[in-house]
Amino acid sequence: MILFSLLFPLAAAATPEEKGLAIAREADLRDAGFIDFTADLLMILKNKHGQKSVRNIRVRTLEVADDGDKGLTIFDNPKDVKGTAFLTFSHKQGDDDQWLYLPALKRVKRISSRNKSGSFMGSEFAYEDISSQEVEKYTYKWIRDDIYDNRECFVVERYPGDKKNSGYTRQVSWIDKSEYRQWKVEYYDRKNSLLKTLTAKKYQQYLDKYWRADQMYMVNHQNGKSTDLVWSNYKFQVGLKVRDFNKNSLKRAR
Amino acid sequence: MRIKIIFMAAMALTLGMAFGSWVSAHEVSGYVAAEGRFFPQAPLDPEQESKDGSIAVQSEYYHAWENGSSFTFVPFARLDSADSERTHFDIRELNYLHLADAWELRVGIGKVFWGTTEFVHLVDIINQTDGVEAADGEEKLGQPMVHFSIPRDWGVLDLFVLPYFRERTFPGRNGRPRLATVVDTDNARYESSDEEHHTDFAARYSHTIGDWDFGIYHFNGTGREPTLIPGLDSAGQPVLIPFYEQINQTGLDLQLVAGQWLWKLETICRTGQGEDFFAGTGGFEYTLVGIAETSLDLGLLVEGAYDERGSRATTYFENDVMFGLRLTLNDAASSELLAGFSRDFEGSSSALSLEASRRFGDNWLLSIEARTFLGLPEDDLFYSLRDDGFIQLELAYYF
Repeated sequence: MILFSLLFPLAAAATPEEKGLAIAREADLRDAGFIDFTADLLMILKNKHGQKSVRNIRVRTLEVADDGDKGLTIFDNPKDVKGTAFLTFSHKQGDDDQWLYLPALKRVKRISSRNKSGSFMGSEFAYEDISSQEVEKYTYKWIRDDIYDNRECFVVERYPGDKKNSGYTRQVSWIDKSEYRQWKVEYYDRKNSLLKTLTAKKYQQYLDKYWRADQMYMVNHQNGKSTDLVWSNYKFQVGLKVRDFNKNSLKRAR
Repeated sequence: MRIKIIFMAAMALTLGMAFGSWVSAHEVSGYVAAEGRFFPQAPLDPEQESKDGSIAVQSEYYHAWENGSSFTFVPFARLDSADSERTHFDIRELNYLHLADAWELRVGIGKVFWGTTEFVHLVDIINQTDGVEAADGEEKLGQPMVHFSIPRDWGVLDLFVLPYFRERTFPGRNGRPRLATVVDTDNARYESSDEEHHTDFAARYSHTIGDWDFGIYHFNGTGREPTLIPGLDSAGQPVLIPFYEQINQTGLDLQLVAGQWLWKLETICRTGQGEDFFAGTGGFEYTLVGIAETSLDLGLLVEGAYDERGSRATTYFENDVMFGLRLTLNDAASSELLAGFSRDFEGSSSALSLEASRRFGDNWLLSIEARTFLGLPEDDLFYSLRDDGFIQLELAYYF
């Protein structure tokens, strides 16, 4: 992979599709090797009248060599869903595996990952927006270069591989040329009209390598609702193991 | 019972102190709920009440150590205006979980659920049903246990030693819904001379292979579902006496994800309770995401249930088909609705249920539940429930 990018610098990519894919691969490569991380997430749901509803979530992610990441998402708030948890095994090829734990019944339910366009816990984020963004799940096309927020950026379109189940025809991303961070994404619905815009702010670098945005804002242009994500307490390489991502650990996740 | 609980608690705490260092936070959470139930039709027995108000409290104390081991205590209590049997206290959980690299050990009172289907819970057997709590039988009593779990690449092996048996709770003389004859829970009988002190065992192997999740288990011990025998109570009144047999039960639960379809199956074979029998339930769930260009999800559920004992079955669903609609609004209030309809394949009886809930603010949850039976034939075991349709409203505050 490293050899590949040395031998074929982006400028040499022949078609816009090849250049788009090369940018996605480079962004993926720059984030590879993080091994694992944990973080706290504050999710603020706002309706069109500005009324707010808050969710407190904790996430744990484990990088898996040659496949998609494993993830555990635990809800602390609202209190009536406290202890509810999601376990996801994402895959580069084929559907992700997902399980949901319902603490009141002590029940683990397998859920269908095909419902990817569905809302994640009432937010403006769909499951496909929050799931592990594997390069292989999309096809790409470089559109143009642009200046976004005083940064030189690539504007890259990507198209879901699973066209039948995705809620989108395409996503347009602004990725800066220096660090390959994603600053803005426009989501176009199945009728190809603008549905949502995601903007990222306050990127911080961890372990001198991995960039994570502290704040993300998703605005739904069609229903007037929005969801803010405020990330904190990022910790990398905390020693998570494969055994921290099974149905037993899902049941005792707190 | 009380001595056992104290013993379990002491053991849980001792283990906690031996293995843990008190570092992470002590958490307290739970809820307080006020519930009102109304039965529109007059009761069959004039002693039964048509209006019922109650208050329930459940709290949870949880403490985890740095090494992942934890202590959990969940007491529950309900105060009921109509039914003295429904006024009850239970320790849902009181256990210490020791987490090692290759295994987990939970000692104390715990709760375990097995199963995949939505309407009938056949394979679930570790915990006794708290029969006064919920009409769908999903509320369970705390079960004293030593639970050893080994999660490996080849699956999860769970071993249980269950040193004490919990009797099923049943509605009292003034309670509704209930069978025509009151179940006398003060005079339960047992096949084993050890009675409730019989030690039960269970072993379960479960695994995920691709799109399949499955579990297979064997249980040996006191059956959770009693045979109800007509008798007389101490005052000479006719009652049903619960009789708990020693049973062997082998169970299988299976789930398959096939795209947007979830296929589910549960089967059991039981010996020791009358004739040997087989029972199964299964079906599918299909979810339509974002119906009519909204954020609404609509889940369609179809399940069937079969019990080899037929009309001699001790459960309501012995040869039925069940349909369900689950509507999820995906709004900030987490509004959802589940409607169910079941119909007997051979007889004329059907049942309707409706459950809906939504959150108000951050801490309040309002739930409504309605259930009714239709066309129950006179020879049906549940004929006496024919006028016990009800509407229930619950407001809970979570902390």
